[in-house]
Amino acid sequence: MARDVRDTARQAVFTRRAAIASIGAMGLFGTVFWRLYGLQVQQAEEFGILAEENRVNVRLLVPQRGRILDRFGVELAANRQNFRVLLVPEDARNEGISNVDEALNLLAQIVDLSDYRRRRAMREAARNRPFVPITVKENLDWEEFARVNLNLPDLPGIVPDVGQNRYYPVGDHLSHIVGHVGRVTEQEQLRDNDPLMRLPDFRIGKLGVERELDRELRGQVGTSQVEVNAVGRVIRELQRNEGEPGNNAVLTIDEELQRYTAAQFEGESGAAAVIDVHSGDILALVSEPGFDPNLFTFGISEDDWAALRDNELNPMANKAISGQYPPGSTFKMVVALAALEEGIISPREQVLCSGHITLGDRDFHCWRRRGHGAMNMRNGIKHSCDVYFYEVARRLGIDRIAAMADRLGLGYETGIPLPGERSGLVPTAGWKIATYGESWQLGETLITGIGQGFMLTTPLQLALMTARLATGNEVIPRLVRAMGTNVEGIAEASPLPQLPLGFDPSHLAIVHEGMNAVVNELGGTATRSAVTGEGMSMAGKTGTAQVRNISSAERITGVLDNEDLPWRLRDHALFVGFGPVEAPKYAVAVVVEHGGSGSRAAGPRARDIMQFALTRDPGAMPAIGNMVQTSGNDEGQG
Amino acid sequence: MTEAYNVTTPPRRGLLNKIADLNWGLLFLICMIATVGFGMLYSVADGSWDPWASRQIVRFALGLAVLLVVAVIDLRVWMSLAYPAYILSLLLLIAVEVAGEIGMGAQRWLVLGPVNLQPSELMKIALVLALARYFHGLTVDEVSRPFRLIPPLLMILIPVSLVIRQPDLGTSLLLLAGGFGIVFLAGINWWYIIGSIAVGVAAIPIGWQFLADYQKNRVLTFLNPERDPLGAGYHILQSKIAIGAGGVFGQGFLQGTQSHLNFLPEKQTDFIFTMLAEEFGLAGAAGLISLYIAILAIGVLTAMSARAQFGRLVAMGVCITLFLYVFINAAMVMGLVPVVGVPMPLVSYGGTSMMTIMFGFGLLMSVHVHRDVDVPRRTGAFW
Repeated sequence: MARDVRDTARQAVFTRRAAIASIGAMGLFGTVFWRLYGLQVQQAEEFGILAEENRVNVRLLVPQRGRILDRFGVELAANRQNFRVLLVPEDARNEGISNVDEALNLLAQIVDLSDYRRRRAMREAARNRPFVPITVKENLDWEEFARVNLNLPDLPGIVPDVGQNRYYPVGDHLSHIVGHVGRVTEQEQLRDNDPLMRLPDFRIGKLGVERELDRELRGQVGTSQVEVNAVGRVIRELQRNEGEPGNNAVLTIDEELQRYTAAQFEGESGAAAVIDVHSGDILALVSEPGFDPNLFTFGISEDDWAALRDNELNPMANKAISGQYPPGSTFKMVVALAALEEGIISPREQVLCSGHITLGDRDFHCWRRRGHGAMNMRNGIKHSCDVYFYEVARRLGIDRIAAMADRLGLGYETGIPLPGERSGLVPTAGWKIATYGESWQLGETLITGIGQGFMLTTPLQLALMTARLATGNEVIPRLVRAMGTNVEGIAEASPLPQLPLGFDPSHLAIVHEGMNAVVNELGGTATRSAVTGEGMSMAGKTGTAQVRNISSAERITGVLDNEDLPWRLRDHALFVGFGPVEAPKYAVAVVVEHGGSGSRAAGPRARDIMQFALTRDPGAMPAIGNMVQTSGNDEGQG
Repeated sequence: MTEAYNVTTPPRRGLLNKIADLNWGLLFLICMIATVGFGMLYSVADGSWDPWASRQIVRFALGLAVLLVVAVIDLRVWMSLAYPAYILSLLLLIAVEVAGEIGMGAQRWLVLGPVNLQPSELMKIALVLALARYFHGLTVDEVSRPFRLIPPLLMILIPVSLVIRQPDLGTSLLLLAGGFGIVFLAGINWWYIIGSIAVGVAAIPIGWQFLADYQKNRVLTFLNPERDPLGAGYHILQSKIAIGAGGVFGQGFLQGTQSHLNFLPEKQTDFIFTMLAEEFGLAGAAGLISLYIAILAIGVLTAMSARAQFGRLVAMGVCITLFLYVFINAAMVMGLVPVVGVPMPLVSYGGTSMMTIMFGFGLLMSVHVHRDVDVPRRTGAFW
């Protein structure tokens, strides 16, 4: 056979190279042998001793999670002892019990054990190696726990254990702010390489402050070195490093005011916010209905979850910051102030309201069919005259209205450390082109002037807007007063620096006068909502936000009364106010979803809340936690 | 180029003839190592066939069947399958990448009905075949022409870059080293070798940027085990203690305290060599390594005696892969190299690496059986 000479050359090179590679491999194996020799002969004695001593196992300890407190130190989230029962399948086997099922049977004679728990324990036992303790039941009461301890000799493999779990003493009305904790999901494990994330007992914040401030609240992992015997059972603890407990968080919330505010909504869906206009402290931030955060600590049951999910009133949503509503007539102060600041109308100038204004071929109606007659600015606010504000808005143009809304805090997130905050929407001509590719219509300016159309605001933004209107300052809302391990000292009452927004005081005075007339003057739209009492008063503004468009057919046949409509289609009721009128302390905003008219559904609730706030005056009481000097936007990062 | 060979058709051989021609010594050594593995898996489970040893035996039996089928298939068939197999593996790797995007996190598996497919394992075999086929067609002079080196470079680097994104550092290192090993054996000019080593060293700081955090951690922990006393550093320290405590003759079967006290992580897979070294001492550990060396020796001799360049390169490719597995795993558990997830072939628990390695042995055996077969320059698909 004729072999190619070229292959002969190739084979020679290959053989040489293969030999070189083999020598290299032998060299590397040589290092392995050398290392084996070093470890197993030269250092054998040393390692033998180490191994003898190496009965030490390192276990991770979950640090104590930081508490969440209200401004006066009331516990909103705390830790409490969790009595639980663990099972070590290997121990059970060593003590003559053949399988997990049998061990659970014995336990079931002592404590109540649901099928669900049983199945879960069996599943976990199958998944883990036999010496890994599995949690059979948590949160036993003291009596049950004592019974387990007493019968321990008859319960092979059962280990009673005291853990810690999160507990929310105050319940539903703070659920959206405090949030809750839950088991770590696989995705969360991938995102975060804190060794704590791998511990089955560890819980992380899933909602609210628990979620946004999780890193601060969590603390540093601790370790425990334990000595084990030849079968791996723990004999004693050698060294313990507790890790570092998480920081406590002091919120600006006044738990009592929060509770009172929440109680005003019973059975309704809605949201409210109360802000201290001097410090920006959010004293109450309510979204109703709420839920019981304790349901989530051990994993929520399917029934409970279905009930929350299917509730038409949407208890899981934090409507105070994620609910976006047209501000309706509560927006009229923004338009009025913009007009005064821009000098496009004098406060005394009168606009004649005949019940509607015609623009091109379209009529824009006032809420009062037969009109208000001649209106100046203060009366325009007092009577909430739509025609007056159509006219003012027409003269202003959309972009100047939007600029004022922006200065008063609308259209962007306030940045408080809560998940799910929405920005609301302040439309401009540029926005409409960018979003819809259509140019802005004058008619849209008009309906924006009465807070309808594209405008959207959150209840917190409405309270913020009112606080800024009340003081003329750039109030910055704040939810967290302090974070740290030792925050419970009384803080000095040093007022936060407030930057003026630069409005002409006489212009603010006109707006205040109008808002005062709304509540406290005969003929105002919310005279039923007057706050009474020594040194107590409130100025405010009602709003009613349409959920649906009124068709022209309905205009002819007559608009249906709100009460005749299905709940889903009824108007939202709004009210914003501040008090006392002369020297404002608090700003309040109330939204009742599908509540009907602002003066009937929202105003009286706001009145009661303001009355309570002024009577209690939480802003003047000494609070705990040294003031955090940074603005609300910087808090809770990381 | 014109066809320069006088292709003579060798006499057709029957199946029985081929089976009689198998390298029985190699087969025996493979079975011995696997048996060591069964024993260790029995020990890991504290003296129980369940859950690892029994399943490993079934897989090994399956692997033997694969080996025998691969061994009797003619080298020319493997030659014609080389490129299609490579392209298929590459497509599967890309599919895993896409599916991984959807599934979030590290995904190395494709679920095809009842089979969990790990394309990076397929690629280990396919890369060897494809490179061998490529260089089979080149003379010594052609091998070192820069233009001729571009295809094999791409053949290596494309799958490596896909695998490293999974992220699977161990497998991508195996592919990289295995691939370049074949290029070296094909006879490229030494200057390329020196040059690429220089470039490789210079690229270390750049490559560092592309490592995932956990991979950086492993390297840093390797350089300074004290840095992570709870994580990988702890494991290596415990592993060294266990090996050292084994001494010359070990603590005895089922008697390794360190291994049984759960100081070792993943002792049924990556750290099984530690357990062997603790229970059977230097004698056992060196003995096992010697068995691998014996296999490698047979493999190298098989490669040198093969008539076709394709067969030589395939045989050596399998040897390089086996060597890398054994060396990296042994060196890792003794703290000589950073922790990369590479199993001890035939001993560590795991079905996919078992199949890869048995398939590789099958190819080695096929080279042995067909050592006198002339493989034409161009065979079958894509040429």
